[in-house]
Amino acid sequence: MQPSVSIQNLKLNFGTVSVLRDLNLDIGQGEFLVLLGSSGCGKSTLLNCIAGLLEPTEGSIHINGNNVTWAEPSDRGIGMVFQSYALYPQMTVEGNLTFGLKNAKMPKDEIARRVARAAEVLQIEPLLKRKPAALSGGQRQRVAIGRALVRDVDVFLFDEPLSNLDAKLRADLRVEIKRLHQTLENTMIYVTHDQVEAMTLADRIAIMKGGVVMQLDTPSVIYNKPANKYVADFIGSPSMNFFDTRLEDPQAPKVTIAGKDVSLSEYEFTRPGLSGDVWFGIRPEHIVTGEAAESAPVQFEVTAELVEPMGAETLVWSSLDGTPLRFRVDGQVPVADGDLIRIGFDPARASIFDKVEELRV
Amino acid sequence: MADVTNTMQRPSPAHASGPKPRRVFSRNNIVIYGILVVLAVYYLLPFYVMLMTSLKGLPEIRMGSIFAPPMEITFEPWLKAWSTVCTGLNCDGLSRGFLNSIKITVPSVFFSIAVASVNGYALSMWRFKGANVFFTILIIGAFIPYQVMIYPIVILLREIGLYGDLGGLVLVHTIFGMPILTLLFRNYFSSVPEELFKAARVDGARFWTIYFKIMLPMAVPIFVVAVILQTTAIWNDFLFGVIFTRPDNYPMTVQLNNIVNSVTGVKEYNVNMAATLLSGVVPLTIYFLSGKLFVRGIAAGAVKG
Ligand SMILES: Nc1ncnc2c1ncn2[C@@H]1O[C@H](COP(=O)(O)OP(=O)(O)OP(=O)(O)O)[C@@H](O)[C@H]1O
Ligand SMILES: [Mg+2]
Repeated sequence: MQPSVSIQNLKLNFGTVSVLRDLNLDIGQGEFLVLLGSSGCGKSTLLNCIAGLLEPTEGSIHINGNNVTWAEPSDRGIGMVFQSYALYPQMTVEGNLTFGLKNAKMPKDEIARRVARAAEVLQIEPLLKRKPAALSGGQRQRVAIGRALVRDVDVFLFDEPLSNLDAKLRADLRVEIKRLHQTLENTMIYVTHDQVEAMTLADRIAIMKGGVVMQLDTPSVIYNKPANKYVADFIGSPSMNFFDTRLEDPQAPKVTIAGKDVSLSEYEFTRPGLSGDVWFGIRPEHIVTGEAAESAPVQFEVTAELVEPMGAETLVWSSLDGTPLRFRVDGQVPVADGDLIRIGFDPARASIFDKVEELRV
Repeated sequence: MADVTNTMQRPSPAHASGPKPRRVFSRNNIVIYGILVVLAVYYLLPFYVMLMTSLKGLPEIRMGSIFAPPMEITFEPWLKAWSTVCTGLNCDGLSRGFLNSIKITVPSVFFSIAVASVNGYALSMWRFKGANVFFTILIIGAFIPYQVMIYPIVILLREIGLYGDLGGLVLVHTIFGMPILTLLFRNYFSSVPEELFKAARVDGARFWTIYFKIMLPMAVPIFVVAVILQTTAIWNDFLFGVIFTRPDNYPMTVQLNNIVNSVTGVKEYNVNMAATLLSGVVPLTIYFLSGKLFVRGIAAGAVKG
């Protein structure tokens, strides 16, 4: 099956600054792809290129097999939702929804039919006659989604659509977007820097850094088997603990942490047979305490230096042989600063990266 | 430590609740209102003198103080100024100049604002190649003294056959209004969120659709500012009016000068004052009608978003 959106060797420079560097990306039909990355890594720029709002310096963009690199935004079969809603302030909600259709000279009854359907899907029927100024943030974003919806496009582009909303509304709309994707079954490309949004919505996540895609995979692979140290560090909150150590003995691989040998016989090597300096990474949530720690393959005693109770769980900051270490304990277990805690983990759940290229071993 | 907090905080009295009472005659208020009153008198006094003088007969003017109100109100000077006083060659009063000024101002204001708003919109939204160069040239244009350009423009207008014509003057006003108006509109449109423009492009709107359907309705306040600026400037213009038109086509300001500065016969102060007030009526009216909008429009340009 041909990809819904295909980006080939895309480069974009603003003057001398290179924002996108030789980017290749294939997005399948009906796929929900999330572009995730820190601020300024070029997510919006990539989305604007796909939409046709920015001209690439090099490379081409294909939508449903058509080369649209030089096509007008409105001729690409895309709809876009912006962070700031970008509703036309002088038009009513209905005017906002119909603006694009009128520009396309669509017959009146067809326009009415589409507006009615979009309004029903998004539950904005009572708002149709209002101006955007008279809407709440959530309602505005719904109208903005509706504006893309009525155009009946193949590809939806979202640029941080929820980041102006409060936490509760964000969670609600997130579910709604997911439901919308299930009903419409069209391709969606969604930019965010919220990890939770990325993990919950995405079929695949593309992690970007400095205009390059660092890893493109399903949320579970990204979380469990990050391809490089940047991704490992970026995903997860609090982020992964890293130990500076050496990978030894390709026959019976092991690393040394705080003077203890940790055997890696259970670890799934991506590149077996390697040895040398490595980062040994373990997620805070994969470190166990209490009874579970007693049966863990690797065990240590650490001192709690700082505790952050968060209700359901408590975050403990400590250190192991000079390396900062974060882990979580159950919220019901009393922990105080200075407590001695037994921790343990399973090296099979760790991620190991070589120190030269910082790629997964 | 306790001392520090005491000097830092001034607690309100124990019974404090609701809005804080303000003293009407505080020292600050007296100074502020005092200055405002003095300024107002300073600006209103000449106006008062003119109005009073224009309502007096000539004998009374010669006798009395210029501040005294008229003993006998007469509208004779106003009528004369409007319809019979001689302005150089013609003796049909300011009415001819009034008509000319309207014929000059209305199209000049319309064309200059129409062109400048499109300029500003294109410069801020479309960022075409060379936009910055174009804008810089335009702004430099605003700093070249008019006097330098007058003779070349006279030649230019003569060559295209518009010299002495009202059309030629309209063209000159339109061009000279361009730098400042373009700057005004460019800055206003720059404050419009870029995403709005992007959304419209995704919705299939092109250059003119975005201009008329999205930008124009959002820019009403700045259009009001532009209309006021241009109307006042063009209506009050003297230099271009006297240079680029024939006596038949003189605007009101030039006629007024001819009346006031005519050396033949007695000086009719009352007619001069009436004529001056008449020629100021249009800008004054515009200002009174739209003063609030004017201030709001300038503020709207200054605040982003
Ligand atoms: N018009 C421009 N001219 C020059 N540089 C630009 C321009 N627009 C963006 N950039 C630069 O390109 C880089 C990528 O910007 P972009 O807006 O794509 O980031 P982003 O990943 O969307 O970030 P955020 O999460 O903050 O929205 C940034 O470093 C930015 O400074
Ligand atoms: Mg962005």
